[in-house]
Amino acid sequence: MKRSITRLLMAPSVIMLLVWMIIPLSMTIYFSTIRYNLLYPGQNNFVGWMNFEFFITDPGFIPAVSNTLILLLSVLIITVVVGVMLSALIDKPFFGQGIVRVLLISPFFIMPTVNALIWKNMMMNPVYGIFAWISESLGFEPIDWLSSYPLMSVIIMVSWQWLPFAILVFVTALQSQDTEQKEAAQMDGATGWHIFRYLTIPHLARPIAVVVMIETIFLLAVFAEIFVSTGGGPGYDSTNLAYLIYNQALLQYDVGVASAGGLFAVLLANIVAIFLIRAVGKNLTV
Amino acid sequence: MTYLAITDLQKHYDNYHALRGINLSISEGEFVVFVGPSGCGKSTLLRTIAGLESSTGGSIDLDGRDITEVASSKRDLAMVFQSYALYPHMTVADNLSFALRLAKVSDAEIKDKVRSVSASLQLDALLERKPKELSGGQRQRVAIGRAIVRQPKVFLFDEPLSNLDAALRVQMRLELARLHKKLGTTMIYVTHDQVEAMTLADRVVILNAGQIEQVGTPLELYRQPNSRFVAEFIGTPKMNLIPANRIVRNEDTLSIDLLGQQIPFPANRLKGPLPDSVVIGIRPEHMSLVETDGDLTGRIELVEHLGSEAYAHLQLSSDQTIIIKAPARTELKDGQEVNIKIDVSEIILFNESDRVISVIPEEA
Repeated sequence: MKRSITRLLMAPSVIMLLVWMIIPLSMTIYFSTIRYNLLYPGQNNFVGWMNFEFFITDPGFIPAVSNTLILLLSVLIITVVVGVMLSALIDKPFFGQGIVRVLLISPFFIMPTVNALIWKNMMMNPVYGIFAWISESLGFEPIDWLSSYPLMSVIIMVSWQWLPFAILVFVTALQSQDTEQKEAAQMDGATGWHIFRYLTIPHLARPIAVVVMIETIFLLAVFAEIFVSTGGGPGYDSTNLAYLIYNQALLQYDVGVASAGGLFAVLLANIVAIFLIRAVGKNLTV
Repeated sequence: MTYLAITDLQKHYDNYHALRGINLSISEGEFVVFVGPSGCGKSTLLRTIAGLESSTGGSIDLDGRDITEVASSKRDLAMVFQSYALYPHMTVADNLSFALRLAKVSDAEIKDKVRSVSASLQLDALLERKPKELSGGQRQRVAIGRAIVRQPKVFLFDEPLSNLDAALRVQMRLELARLHKKLGTTMIYVTHDQVEAMTLADRVVILNAGQIEQVGTPLELYRQPNSRFVAEFIGTPKMNLIPANRIVRNEDTLSIDLLGQQIPFPANRLKGPLPDSVVIGIRPEHMSLVETDGDLTGRIELVEHLGSEAYAHLQLSSDQTIIIKAPARTELKDGQEVNIKIDVSEIILFNESDRVISVIPEEA
């Protein structure tokens, strides 16, 4: 009796969630199996696996998958490593700590589009960007970042965007680290490095796992930064899966292939998630 | 021979003077307990000795070496913390060997030392466990083992037993006493529990408001306190303090006027000048209930039966309440009027500024 009432009360939200998920998913699956090009309306015949074949054999496919993975791993490594170091650095009280923390967190509040514009026009522009000015004043040729190192440029932008998130999580975690443990280690003859290596890093294992998982979800679908800055180019040099799908759907008007790509992205996300959970998820149970 | 010498040690926080000139010398192998009410500076003093707090004046010398400015990792001291502060992600064995591994001791020696320490603390079966899989008492033993394994010059204990339940605390107290006997290492122990102080210490240091109030063996402090603070702090139940108005000197006897009764007090037990009024201190076990011929009379308010003994709370004619130790199977009833006999030889006199002005008689 009681259980059925609970189920009844939960039902609306569960059904809502299911509908929310299942309708887009089933429509995507459906679109991926028919011919669905906006240039040829009305010719929506069933084509089986053909959309998938088109997507996988697309010249942009291999670069897009590898770019997606490179982007994901690079940003993860940069945000976790730099994030841990910066958080450890600002953990001890110092003059102006509050302001420094706010400054470190603030990039997170800037929307991806604006972020990309800032980097594209103010930092990396070969004529009036800050990087160009720095290299010129040191007597070097300015680098046109977006065309010479397009993927690295995107990695820098996205890392800048996500570093604050990592810092936010790590700073909070560091505040919960037991001071008596650090003092005990001090008495045991540990240097600052020893304490960092043997106490702080293990203490941060769980927050690191959380940061990696959450960032993975968002980094697999980076789009705005690429769209605004490099436009996926030159060639396919900075095209990732999300951008390739956009390319198929809205530049080539082929919804069928784009849907197939979307399903492939779901598959890739799951594969990555399984590996990441294997690698870092076991820390969650500690 | 002084092993650890603390000279005029000062500690200022921003606007708080935590240690106000501590002078103390500790011999090698001594078990010294710092005791005092919360906020008296006992933990600060220990942490300053450990080097976890920096002093703002004075010096600390250990074994002929000035360690005032030395980093705590180089002081050759080991500390047991109240929260145990075990490294949570390391096994017991790793916790025990952490300091040795940092000191680059050879694997064979580490193994040897860990084995002998774990055997002496009955941790053998737990070596592969993580701290969270241990009970409170086991964690405590690991924390002690982690200190022992390094063979430091001095052990520092910061209220190590206060997180344990009462039964375990008694047991660990005994183990600590045994450990000190076996190792013979100098130990400094901070507690707010005067029972721990009395049972463990060779010497007790009583701190009050950042200063040392008195240093002495437990019995000295109990029998001959310097001040009202020490007299009240040591002993359960507390010493009874009864204000007496006039003292009259007749030859070599003083006559103290205690609520209308004249109590004789040998004049040679008085040190210093004779004040106008005094407070009499007398411990519950130094008074007895008598049929007739008592020094005081009182009415019983309440009797606490502890099994082995009983404590009678009495109200005196001045409305003051005192506690008297009574035999276990006392027939006392609430509200009963009784006569109280005071053991004059155990009386301690305090002057108006709460200092003791009497000496205890030589043991017969």
